[in-house]
Amino acid sequence: MPKQGIIKTILARHKKDKSRLIEIVRDVQSALGWVPPAAVAEIAEALNVSKVDVEGVATFYHFFSGAPAGRYAVYLNDNFVAGMKGRAEIAAAFEKEAKCRFGETTADGLIGLHATSCIGMNDQEPSAIINGVVFTKLTKAKVKQIVAAMKAGRDMARLVTTCGDGANQSKLVRAMVTNNIRKKGPVILAPFKPGEAIRRAVTWTPEDVIAEIKRSNLLGRGGAGFPTGLKWDFCVQSQADRHYVVCNADEGEPGTFKDRVILTEQAHLLFEGMAVAGYAVGAKEGILYLRAEYAYLKNHLEHVLEALRKKAIIGRNAGGKKGFIFDIEIKMGAGAYICGEESALLESAEGKRGEPRDRPPFPVTYGYLGYPTTVNNIETLCAAARILAKGAGWFKTLGTAKSAGTKLLSVSGDCRKPGVYEVEFGLSLQKLLEMVGGRDAQAVQVGGPSGTCVSRGQFERRIGFEDLPTGGSIIVIGPHRDMFDVVHNFMDFFIEESCGWCAPCRVGNSLLKRKLEKIMSGKGTIRDLSDLESWGRIIKTMSRCGLGQTSPNPILTTLQNFRHLYESKVRHDTDFVTEFDLKAAVHAASGVTGQKLTEAHHE
Amino acid sequence: MSKIKFTVDGKACIGTPGQTIMEAALANGVYIPALCRYEGLKPAGSCRICTVRVGGRPMAACTQPVSEGMAVENMSQELEDMRKALVEMLFVEGNHMCPTCEKSGNCELQALAYRYQMLVPRFPYQFPARSVEPTGGRLLFEYNRCIQCLRCVRSVKTKDGKAVFGPLGRSEKKKIGMDKELASKLSDKDAREAMDRCPVGALLKKEVGFVIPIGKRKFDKTPIGSDVGKTAS
Repeated sequence: MPKQGIIKTILARHKKDKSRLIEIVRDVQSALGWVPPAAVAEIAEALNVSKVDVEGVATFYHFFSGAPAGRYAVYLNDNFVAGMKGRAEIAAAFEKEAKCRFGETTADGLIGLHATSCIGMNDQEPSAIINGVVFTKLTKAKVKQIVAAMKAGRDMARLVTTCGDGANQSKLVRAMVTNNIRKKGPVILAPFKPGEAIRRAVTWTPEDVIAEIKRSNLLGRGGAGFPTGLKWDFCVQSQADRHYVVCNADEGEPGTFKDRVILTEQAHLLFEGMAVAGYAVGAKEGILYLRAEYAYLKNHLEHVLEALRKKAIIGRNAGGKKGFIFDIEIKMGAGAYICGEESALLESAEGKRGEPRDRPPFPVTYGYLGYPTTVNNIETLCAAARILAKGAGWFKTLGTAKSAGTKLLSVSGDCRKPGVYEVEFGLSLQKLLEMVGGRDAQAVQVGGPSGTCVSRGQFERRIGFEDLPTGGSIIVIGPHRDMFDVVHNFMDFFIEESCGWCAPCRVGNSLLKRKLEKIMSGKGTIRDLSDLESWGRIIKTMSRCGLGQTSPNPILTTLQNFRHLYESKVRHDTDFVTEFDLKAAVHAASGVTGQKLTEAHHE
Repeated sequence: MSKIKFTVDGKACIGTPGQTIMEAALANGVYIPALCRYEGLKPAGSCRICTVRVGGRPMAACTQPVSEGMAVENMSQELEDMRKALVEMLFVEGNHMCPTCEKSGNCELQALAYRYQMLVPRFPYQFPARSVEPTGGRLLFEYNRCIQCLRCVRSVKTKDGKAVFGPLGRSEKKKIGMDKELASKLSDKDAREAMDRCPVGALLKKEVGFVIPIGKRKFDKTPIGSDVGKTAS
């Protein structure tokens, strides 16, 4: 069988290393278009693990499939903003042209249509990834052209005739993606001369570098806002013969895409930030955990790394300091929102299912492969590099007392100017909406589904850790949208992305959604609203990680801020409306017996 | 060895470094309701029933290390109701038909439901379509009853250390996979232990289900948790 040869080659390429299981499965997926049981068995035997271990990984991630995904596998973004921008029409066009439904593959195995969670292109929806190539601003005409090209056996990359701006045009990227940088700020998007930060850092002691970061009040930009200097300090204080710096490049919160722009245009700033972190915590190795959706940037990033090695910014004698070695490896994800959670990310980087760990121990004491590890967000590391270059004092002049510096916002939805904005903390939503051309918004979703849905009356609220913390996702919701559709889409997202480890998150979110659907269908009562609240609280309190602890937020924050919408949807005259639908219940039986249900049966 | 002073619902307790809240509480004769936990296995924190509050923050007692001065809130009305909700979730997630189940009376999920006086779950039944996998050698896997406690995943290994069970998929579609080849090689004793460790009637050793009659089983005689504190000095 030719297949066996392929898998042997793949296994050899990865030296039969268990910690590279995701890379192995990824290569099998791309070579065969799926991960067949025979491949699972062969991998298991070669790695000397059980088949369920391999299958467990192969079934965890979006971009692996246990059935043929199609020689051309279309992954169409299905988040709410895609829906705003006409996703339904595009999906219908794909189904019509390919003659197959979403979730299926054509009989000849040529085309597979798949829905996927946010791919980081909210500013240019509807979008899809097809065989690793990103297609943005899809139209029905483009879909027709794409499917015709598939039938002609063409390479998807050749359909990219016009590239986006900046490095999207470089021959290593060649993507139709546009940066949409709308506002540059001084920390992340300002020009940066390679070496500015690390050359300065290495003239100090690591303790002084950490002290400088502490002085800057830099808080983690993922949204949780843990002080970066303190994290580095904890890491360096954990005694071990190795330390790691891991950069979390797995932005998966629906609506965020600012890391995409940093990776495209400011990767050198990021990598230098990693080198600074490496120097501070005593790490020789750094890992960039890159979300699978941004695989199209990998060659570009490798190229940037190579250039930095040549300039001795990373690598041997990094920053010009004799004896200081720091290099960076890129590890790919395979499609899982939960891997943005730092301990799940580490599990995934080790080649396992991306399931969060119990903490303590925290990654700073027990991280990658068990070694002390600092896991930092892309934007955090960029800010750290800039702080070393320009000083903590300068940094603190930006933003507010509790939230120093700037924040990149990924703005999408019902606004005229979607894109990336670098703003100082403390900006009010009102000012932001004026900037982005979304003044008539009825609501702003701050921080994605796991964040807060803010209503029109509260637009004086400010971006910052003291009021509205955010990883950067800002979705503007216009006055004509049905808020229930928004909430429903967000709940679908959490249900899909739950790792399923713990009961409240695995079971509870589906129950919440079902209750929401009851209300949406007009069968809800006041009692159902209090159920939503108390069930939401149970899931938040009892769940194991941040996903479950925030997953009821779309419902809870709209219940709080859009109470009138819920109140107008439910029945006030009764305490109970049955969900039982006789017609639906006997549908199958009526089909078999040929008996039609009459009105008499209803009574 | 140094001692750790802590309290559970105000009761003064003494723990040792390295213990979890659960271990320390049990050693002091304090019962914290739990389900996925199994003595001697690495805790999984998957059922979350042992959630307690410390300083207001919820945490799983089975995974959280005990520390000096902790004031653990255990039997508050709020936590007990949330625990009951988790038991109810597990009931509606699967298809649990106690009267015909081989494990009735020995089932920890059922015993917790009695403890919480669960009559009708507050959640609607999901009635999922699940299967029975009979080809695991001496074992059969009744998926209708699996609550994904991960006890089998954590404990059933072959002689050379390979996992016989492992989680597959994710989200609400996640299930526990069984390597049938490896399962069929398990010894009589291993199969028996696997069944006994399963808190529900999901993992069954063939032909022994009703050897002990219903009515004379563990929880038919004494409620779950009632043994805690009996042996503690």
